[in-house]
Parts: sequence; structure tokens; C-alpha cells
Amino acid sequence: MSQLSQLIEEAYTGLKSLVIGLGVTGKALCEPGVTVIYPKEEVDNLATFRGHVELIGKDDDPAVARCVACGACAKACPSNCISVLCPVPVKEGEADTGKLGPAPQKGSKTPAQFIVDYSLCSLCGQCARACPVDSLRFCHDAYTVAFDRKAFQFELVSRLRQQAEQALEGGEE
Amino acid sequence: MQAFDPNSLRGDLVSARFEPGPTEDKLILSMGPQHPSTHGVLRIMLELDGEYIVRAEPVLGYIHRMHEWMAEQKTYMQFMPNMGRVDYLHPMAWNWAFAGAVERLMGLEVPERAEYIRVAVTELNRITSHLLWWGAYLLDLGAFTPIMYAFDDREKILDILQDVTGSRLTYSYFTIGGLYGDVPDDFASRCLAFTRHLRSRLPMYRDLVTDNVILRGRCEGIGVMDVELARRYGATGPMIRGSGAPVDTRRAEPYGVYNRFDFHIPTYTEGDAMARYMVRLDELVTSCDIIDQAVANLPGGPIQTKVPKTIKPPKGEASFAVEGARGKILVHVRSDGGPKPYRVKLRAPGFSNLHVFSELAEGTLLADAVSILGSLDLVIPEIDR
Ligand code: SF4
Ligand code: SF4
Repeated sequence: MSQLSQLIEEAYTGLKSLVIGLGVTGKALCEPGVTVIYPKEEVDNLATFRGHVELIGKDDDPAVARCVACGACAKACPSNCISVLCPVPVKEGEADTGKLGPAPQKGSKTPAQFIVDYSLCSLCGQCARACPVDSLRFCHDAYTVAFDRKAFQFELVSRLRQQAEQALEGGEE
Repeated sequence: MQAFDPNSLRGDLVSARFEPGPTEDKLILSMGPQHPSTHGVLRIMLELDGEYIVRAEPVLGYIHRMHEWMAEQKTYMQFMPNMGRVDYLHPMAWNWAFAGAVERLMGLEVPERAEYIRVAVTELNRITSHLLWWGAYLLDLGAFTPIMYAFDDREKILDILQDVTGSRLTYSYFTIGGLYGDVPDDFASRCLAFTRHLRSRLPMYRDLVTDNVILRGRCEGIGVMDVELARRYGATGPMIRGSGAPVDTRRAEPYGVYNRFDFHIPTYTEGDAMARYMVRLDELVTSCDIIDQAVANLPGGPIQTKVPKTIKPPKGEASFAVEGARGKILVHVRSDGGPKPYRVKLRAPGFSNLHVFSELAEGTLLADAVSILGSLDLVIPEIDR
């Protein structure tokens, strides 16, 4: 007899917790969803999001980076994903071959190429901290997707120029 | 053709200890790596007698990242992002442990505001870790819905932390001597709103899961660990608090400004998987209490002390202990005066917690091993650092 009553009690508590659980789930069913249906919607809180790093343009000329090609960012980066390239000074009597060398190069104050390998970047921000002229920041692009690793190598000098041109066109319209 | 000799298969892939036992019908089963309930690449060698576990041996080394070696190759600041990768569920605590050790070595004083923000973000991060554990543990036990609710709440913290740090998982927010950046203006109000929200959600957690007969059946009396056993293995965090010892680094060796906060350290005396579960759920409330106090008293001022451009601590060594979501984290740094650490030793709580498993699992059913393993709250990169 006691076995039977124990059985009934177990069935009762089991059923009770089942009903309570179903109640919670049922209530959640009626609540609005919390996920974003990408690509129909996009998230809106990207103001501080860390995407890959990008160059900041000068205040008077946004197409030209503030960067003075000192190479401090490349030295500070723990993942070795930055390379700043500058024109190598031409020796007397030699033709200018347009050769590029790693920054800093004698006399060069602007980078010819600024390459970031986003596939290696750990988004630590050391480069932006190291920069003496505040020329680096994180972009807010959360949708960088590709099948190829090479697609994550960004050339930032031309990217900045493109951005400035686009902004100019957008402003004229 | 040569006859097949079963004795040629004697021994085991991993260690000589895993030879077949004296009786013929023991089964050697390899659980993991890449088993859904081993949370990463942990492998457990099991010797089974029917469905009962005779012996269990964790096997590590599938994702060894050599963090300690890497520390010797990089400057102090360059090593910082690694700390987010050691334990990706509670990176703030690791950030703090490393930054704290170097600050102690250099004798740096961290500004008040930075200390309070450190407390707030570390506790927020602890909640995300516990929520994820809660969902994942129930997933291990066969319940799917809870992880959805856990992620729902966790997402709210990640949004706050993203606005603070810029990332959602591997924050590299602490710097030596302070913080990377200041918090947004609405940080305090958002934190308070979140803790209020979480407190209102906890009764739902209880109704849905904690009082559920299936969970009780799978956790009560399973993997009972007494304080003695926990001490012998050096288990810390919710593990030892579930066995009744109120050991908490935040109280035992106060760091930062923790001694200014008033909080309760939950303990349960049963020592089983359910006790560890309850400790973690109660810790959500503890963390909420601390966050409330931290953001209510947030002082103004700078968030970073002046540090030299290349950090070169003086010769010597220092260690710094932090209470992580999984237990006591300790970072020991030894400097030879150069820009790179001479030696860095990381003490990960999961490593000690995992090795209790061998003893807890002996004599239990295979299905109980999953309940026990989940209740340890393992993060493999931390164990296998
Ligand atoms: S964020 Fe860190 S890893 Fe990325 S480019 Fe800058 S320094 Fe290198
Ligand atoms: S640290 Fe700044 S100025 Fe120097 S190379 Fe890098 S971006 Fe240019």
C-alpha cells in the first residue's frame, strides 16, 4: 500500500513540475522575440564595436591620413598584422624604381601602403594606443565575411581615400 | 596467415594504466574529444563494468596553446590579449589577474574609478559565465529550452559590455595601471536596470528548472565531494563552496576594492552536483549585489595611472589572485628587469577542479558521469593552457 501511495505521490510531483515548466514556456511563447532577423534587420549598437583598425584622415583633408609613418603601431602589435610601407629613398645617380620598404624610412612622412591583416588581428587596440598622432581607430563594420583569407587584408591608405571620395559624392548629391 | 592475437592490443593509447582489468568483460570507452558534453576537446578514458564506471582518467593536450611560453616572447602589454583567450567565459578575471600581478610588481596604484569599474565589469562577466554554464549544463542533461532563456539574459550583459569594451567575448579591456577606456555615461543606469531584470527572472529559473523533478533526480546525491576531497585536489570556487567551505578569494585575500563591498558568499553543505548548481545560481544574486553597490558609488576621476611607454618592471616576482567564475585564478610573474617577462605562471582553477572527476566518477553510472562533469563547469582552454 505504501508503495502505491509513493507511486501516486511521485506521479503527482512529476506532473506538477511538468505543468509549471510548460507554463513558463507557454508564457515565453507569447512574449516578443529578442533575436535580430539578419539580413532583414541589422543590429543598431555598433557605435563602439571593434571591427578592424582603420586610418583617420586629417581634419583639413580627410583623404590623407594623419599617420606620420613612424612604425610604432606595427612594433606594438602582438599579432604582427600591420605593415606600414614607405618609399625607399633613391640614391644619387639611380632611377626611382618606386621601391617600398617597411616604415620608418629616412625622410618619409606619409605611408605609401598601410596593410592590416584582419584575419590575424586580436582586436586588442595596442596599435591605436601606441600611435603618437592618434591616427588609428576601430571601424564599426560587423559584417566582414569572406571565403578567402586574402579578403581580410585591407590596404588602409587607399581605403581612406575611397571613403573620403564617397563622403564627398554623398555630400554633393 | 597469422592468427589474430587479442593480447597484442594490450595496453592503451594513452597510458599503461589503462590495460584491461582482471576480468575480461570490462569495456574501455573513450568519451571525447569532441563529445558534446565535454565542452571542448577533453578526452576521458573510462573503464566500464556494464554501465558502471570503474576508472576514469581525463586526458588533456588537444588544444595546448602555450600561453605561458608565449608570455616570455611578448612584452607585458602585448601579452594582455592572451588573457581573454585563456578562459573565454570569464576573461575579465584573467585580465585582472595579469594586470594586477604586473601592477604589484611595479608598485603601481590604480585610480579609484578604475577599481570600481573593474569590479563592475568582472561581476557582469561572472554572471554571463554562470548563465552560460547553467544553459550548457542543462543541455548536457537533455533540456534544450533553458539555454535559450540563459542566452536571452546573457545577451543583455554582452550589449552592455560591448558598449564598454567594443567586443562581446574576448575583451581586452584592462591595461597595466588602469583600463583601456572609460565607460559610457549610461553605464550605471543600464547595470541597475539589468540587475533588476535578472532578479525578476530568477523565480522563472527556479520554476522551470531548479524545482524540476528530472533535474533533482539527476543531480541530487550525484558526485558527492566532501571538503576533505576538495582540499586535497585544490578545488576552488563553486566546487568547494558546494561542499560547505566558504572559501572565496574576494574575501580571503581581498584585492582591488572588494573589501568595501558588503556581499554574502553562498555555501551549500551537500557537496553533490545539485549543491554546486545552487551555489552558482545564488552567486548570480551575489554578483548583482556587488554590481549595484559598485555602480552606485562609482567615483569620478581618471581611469589610468601614468605608466612608462615601455613597461619594464624591476627585478623580482609577484603574484596576484582573483576569484574567477570557476575558482581561484592566480598569475605569477617573474621579471628580470627587461621589457618581456622572464617567466609567467598561470594557475587555472579548472585544472584542479577537473582532476577531482576521477574520484567522483568511480562507481557511478555512465549517465551520472555527464552530470558530474557538467557540474565542474569546465573551460578546456583554461585547463589546457
Ligand atoms: S588591434 Fe591589436 S592585433 Fe589588431 S592590428 Fe591593432 S595591435 Fe594588431
Ligand atoms: S603608429 Fe600611427 S603614425 Fe606611426 S605608423 Fe602607425 S598609424 Fe602611422
